[in-house]
Amino acid sequence: MTEDLIPQICQRVAEAAASKTKLRIRGGGTKDFYGRAPQGEPLEVSGYSGIVAYEPKELVLTVRAGTPLAEVEEALARERQMLPFEPPHFDTARRATIGGIVASGLSGPRRPYAGSVRDFVLGTRIVNGKGEDLSFGGRVIKNVAGYDVSRLMVGALGTLGVLLQVSFKVLPRPPAEATLAFELDADAAIQQANRWAGQPLPLSATVWQDGVLRVRLSGAETAVQAAKARLGGSEVADAGGFWAQLREHRLPFFDPGRPLWRLSLPQTAPAFALPHPQLIEWGGGLRWVSGELDGPQVRATVAGLGGHATLFRGGDKALGVFHPLEPAILKIHRRLKQSFDPAGVLNAGRMYDF
Amino acid sequence: MAASLRDTAPRSRSLSLQGEGRGEGKRAEAIAALRAIRPPLQIVVDDEGLKPFETDALIAHRETPMLAVLPESEEQVRGIVRGCRALGVPVVSRGAGTGISGGAIPRRDGVLLVLSRMREVKRIDVLARIATVEPGVRNLQVSDLAAPYGLFYAPDPSSQSICSIGGNVAENAGGVHCLKYGLTTHNVLAVRAVDGEGEMIEVGSYALDAPGYDLLALVNGSEGNLGVITRIAVRLLPLPERTETLLAAFPSVRQAAGAVGEIIGAGIIPAALEMMDRIVIEACERFMGLGFPKDAEALLLAEVDGGAEEAAEALAGVRAVLERCGATEIRVAANEAERERLWKARKGAFTALATILPDYYTMDGTIPRRCLPDVLDRIMELSAEYGLTVGNVFHAGDGNIHPCIFYDASKPGELERAEEFGGRILELCIEVGGTITGEHGVGIEKLRQMCLQFRAPEIAAFHDVKRAFDPDGILNPGKAVPTLKRCAEWGGMHVHGGRLPRPEIPRF
Repeated sequence: MTEDLIPQICQRVAEAAASKTKLRIRGGGTKDFYGRAPQGEPLEVSGYSGIVAYEPKELVLTVRAGTPLAEVEEALARERQMLPFEPPHFDTARRATIGGIVASGLSGPRRPYAGSVRDFVLGTRIVNGKGEDLSFGGRVIKNVAGYDVSRLMVGALGTLGVLLQVSFKVLPRPPAEATLAFELDADAAIQQANRWAGQPLPLSATVWQDGVLRVRLSGAETAVQAAKARLGGSEVADAGGFWAQLREHRLPFFDPGRPLWRLSLPQTAPAFALPHPQLIEWGGGLRWVSGELDGPQVRATVAGLGGHATLFRGGDKALGVFHPLEPAILKIHRRLKQSFDPAGVLNAGRMYDF
Repeated sequence: MAASLRDTAPRSRSLSLQGEGRGEGKRAEAIAALRAIRPPLQIVVDDEGLKPFETDALIAHRETPMLAVLPESEEQVRGIVRGCRALGVPVVSRGAGTGISGGAIPRRDGVLLVLSRMREVKRIDVLARIATVEPGVRNLQVSDLAAPYGLFYAPDPSSQSICSIGGNVAENAGGVHCLKYGLTTHNVLAVRAVDGEGEMIEVGSYALDAPGYDLLALVNGSEGNLGVITRIAVRLLPLPERTETLLAAFPSVRQAAGAVGEIIGAGIIPAALEMMDRIVIEACERFMGLGFPKDAEALLLAEVDGGAEEAAEALAGVRAVLERCGATEIRVAANEAERERLWKARKGAFTALATILPDYYTMDGTIPRRCLPDVLDRIMELSAEYGLTVGNVFHAGDGNIHPCIFYDASKPGELERAEEFGGRILELCIEVGGTITGEHGVGIEKLRQMCLQFRAPEIAAFHDVKRAFDPDGILNPGKAVPTLKRCAEWGGMHVHGGRLPRPEIPRF
């Protein structure tokens, strides 16, 4: 029985806390590459799987954390709906689970125009580091009772709790889609993408690479046609596969043999030269760099522009994967970790050194 | 919450969360500490000057603060928090005082930190679509300043012409356009605040994400408990090219509620989807004379927006659904003047309702949309049980209900009865898997129901979150989250053994 798994998980965590045994929470294992090295005994949660409730007219989906993202996407597609933040699977076998999606907090190409993972999380059920089964948020779209602990779980890499169940707001899938291409240098592309984002256009993704800005439009058929006529450029036929490859990091740019840096910047930050190729998504807000970089130097540059840098994949993780936190913010992080997981057993050291 | 057309103040009620008296010695120490802050700031100490700060918009409750301060800079705010922390004096932040759950009601033993003088718009970055403002800037002012650039700030609580952005962040304010544009939490990029230890913290980012935990999510809706907000960066969105508004009359609430689900099921996300029941329609009719069918049991106001083609297509879609769902009359606004006229009934509803009885108490629960008809039926049964009239005007698209309970405060016991009735409605929301507050906050008003919605370890987790930002508990103590002790005193069903009163109810 699936429900029996919850007391089992609670007990396992409580025992681990008592014996100070570190646990490494594991769903599909597709994000093992992300963050600092996982430590401890595996705590398998993929068995806690299945859609709990999905009513398309409510625009709300409640799903157990071990459910494969692929299964959720299929259920939504049948009702012509979607998770608007386009989370990446990063696995050709599509084993990524909902728990991993929420824990890693990674959103795909639609993020600047639709919102991120956290924007669509309505509620979570978790097991904290004391082995307590807790529920926060809910299954309704508007809810301001209590602090927003559900959204705190997004991107926390399992360091504050084992995700058991998540409720999402979902949206209708836009009926029409088109992709346009424009020949522009990086700075002009960033400017253009931001100007368009300030106009009532059905933008749903942008990406710049090698002197070409690609823009995806999604919406009602009439809206997409009107936007196409207004923006010009050249239409890219059958671009669905291209955007899927971008989302899954399967474009040739994402060479698995090289380190991959993720630079998150204010969208209008100017383009800057680096010794490796860049791919710019999110209207300028997300810049991927494929190749070895001087960590402290790139972090200083990016921080100076108001952003932060992550060593996303590969490379030397010794100097830290995630951007260092300001002392006042770090202090709050440590206290949150200390209270949610006093024994420090959940995904210890996966994000920072706590 | 309680609203009134009368000039005289309703009977005031003292708060159980207050400390014992004002403590004159402590007060003198606090005045001395605050006078030492440089540059000097305005400190209000006389009873006359403190009068306007006694309550927010939960006016059935009031209290005189120990004193009030009106800082003009971040440095002064920091000095206030540090000074108060050293003395162990609580700090209650206040924006425009439009909150209706009592989040900004002062404490007799605490300093009221009024942010209305920090009202500078620091920057509007048109290309980046970001406005950076101080907390006292009014909500509508942001949209007004952004409009010449074709941009607007989406969250639009009904008090938007006077409420402040700082207060909006503290309450995670909603409005009538949340279904499409989200709540405050979806539209705030970054917040600067002074935490409970007097340190400046910056949460969120001008980029699309920030490293570490999502502390911004915690600060949104924290009701002044995690920090005193001093600066906010909000996302501006492109003004829609076209907006279409229509109003439909239905012979039953059930049919109107059904139509709401059908519109969404048809893949249309309206910018607004508002409903009014017969009590409200009749009050509006008497007050404004809009000429609606007398037999209408429910009105549905729908707004769709976007590019011209998109809005036209959505309008046709909504119209078809409404006709199919049994609307007896549909009015589509042909121009801006007609659009305003259609909104008049919705926006003027609360004013019109006040003509029924001088006092009313507005509730704020959210429920799954499919439960709307049953919950509304149940509210009508409770209305009969308590002998109090209730009108319903609410955000149907979000399932966010605002039942207004009418009472006469001059009749002994009637306010208490209205409050008890309100509590029953909130409990009903929890029963069907909803929440006790969709957008108004917990404040002091819904502390009791928090004990029903959450179990002891969850309440404990909220206190842990507060301690992470404010270890000494000096920021707005006693609001937003009840103590476990209070829950136990109230019959806290969740405190012992962690068992729910109704285990069969899904509470996730």
